[in-house]
Amino acid sequence: MKLPTIGAAVLAAAMTLAAGHLTAQSQPQQTPAQDDSEKEIERYRQMLSDPFSNPGFLAVDRGEALWAEKRGTKNVSLEGCDLGEGPGKLEGAFAKLPRWFADADRVMDTEQRLLWCMDKLQGFDTKDVVARRFSGPGRASDMEDLTAFIANKSSGMKIEPQLKHAKELEMAAIGEELFYRRGGVMDFSCATCHAEEGKRIRLQGLPNLSVQGATAQATMASWPTYRVSQSALRTMQHRLWDCYRQQRWPVPEYGSDSLTALTVFLQKQAAGGEIAVPSIKR
Amino acid sequence: MNRTAFVSVFAALLIGGPALAQQKPSPATVEAYVKSTFGKASPEWQARIAPDDSLTVCNVTRNNASSAESDAIIKRELARVAYPADGKLLGDWKKGYAVANNGRGGQFSDPPGTVAGGNCFACHQLDPKEVSYGTLGPSLAAYGRDRKYDADAMKDAYTKIYNSMAVVPCSNMPRFGSNKVLDEQQIKDVMAYLFDPESPVNK
Repeated sequence: MKLPTIGAAVLAAAMTLAAGHLTAQSQPQQTPAQDDSEKEIERYRQMLSDPFSNPGFLAVDRGEALWAEKRGTKNVSLEGCDLGEGPGKLEGAFAKLPRWFADADRVMDTEQRLLWCMDKLQGFDTKDVVARRFSGPGRASDMEDLTAFIANKSSGMKIEPQLKHAKELEMAAIGEELFYRRGGVMDFSCATCHAEEGKRIRLQGLPNLSVQGATAQATMASWPTYRVSQSALRTMQHRLWDCYRQQRWPVPEYGSDSLTALTVFLQKQAAGGEIAVPSIKR
Repeated sequence: MNRTAFVSVFAALLIGGPALAQQKPSPATVEAYVKSTFGKASPEWQARIAPDDSLTVCNVTRNNASSAESDAIIKRELARVAYPADGKLLGDWKKGYAVANNGRGGQFSDPPGTVAGGNCFACHQLDPKEVSYGTLGPSLAAYGRDRKYDADAMKDAYTKIYNSMAVVPCSNMPRFGSNKVLDEQQIKDVMAYLFDPESPVNK
């Protein structure tokens, strides 16, 4: 899907205004306003879910161009990259990631596989793209854009966690262990915030990811997402990085195995969820 | 607890429960994953995610420690609570509000020297007029008033804030004093926010 830049900017501005309206509304009110606040938040969410106002699709378009661009010492595109469904086959690949790859003998998520293809297929030095792993003002991220493009090719399909190979099963089990592992100065784990129904931090609702089902499905099926508050498309790599930041843990290494293990576990919780990406969130 | 002791606790568990061993990955495998993701952090940061004796039990049991383990945790953590030398538990409630409302500190994105807050509102209702509060912990509205500003209740609350596991083993609440998130004065100020009759919490 193509989206004119100006249209996206205008709509993003409109959403920012809507957010400001929400804040102003909820400030002076008291306990009975709880329901009103939640209705306002829900209305805001519905506005955000309109795909034609989602700048995340600009990342998809940039990713499409990057996928076809010849780069590296071998001067080839990524079109020969095997994301699990065969070289260059994009449809449905993201729905089955992370998965085990025979050529690397490793379980990899989308980003890890992309870095592998850049290195092995293109002979492309990944130092720069890893440095730009998360976009910022005036700094595009090839990794975010490529992941958005690849993920979008699974939109409408169902999350199919791959749990056949021994290393995939190990990843799922390790991911579950890590989900419950407490640490940092606050003693927080993923489960501190994501293991009970209907809880909030301040006004922010927290999905319960400790059980399989609709909540985990809705969560995992909506990443990558365009974060309005960050004006950036973000992938699960960034979500987990930000979770560990808020957990007061050390900086997690980008594209490292604990993050992939957690992703495998979360995909397992979310099996069958219908992917609709890039989504748009607060 | 050092790594050797940590591993031996798991090893003992594995010997005791072969069924568990089949489902759960080996502790060594888990540690290898943790190392692959956090191994480049400084030793000081890595020390923060090395579980101590109490947290090790909480991790293994997923916060459901046995009765004997719970007793051991309470004993161990209570010994780590330092009460104010001047005997005064209450500081300034206005400063306490600022601590309760501050969610900064302890994050890798924080600039050096960032003063940490308690971020109490993230999980608790306090001032009933504040709409933006979390629900991971119970409501603490009217906390002091409901307890008639009782001296024992004050000491219990100080203990809970200083080290939650000295009261509730494997509590989800941070051990603010023992983990050096908040200093003594900050805890006294938060205490005043809970117990001062003039605090909005009790209005």
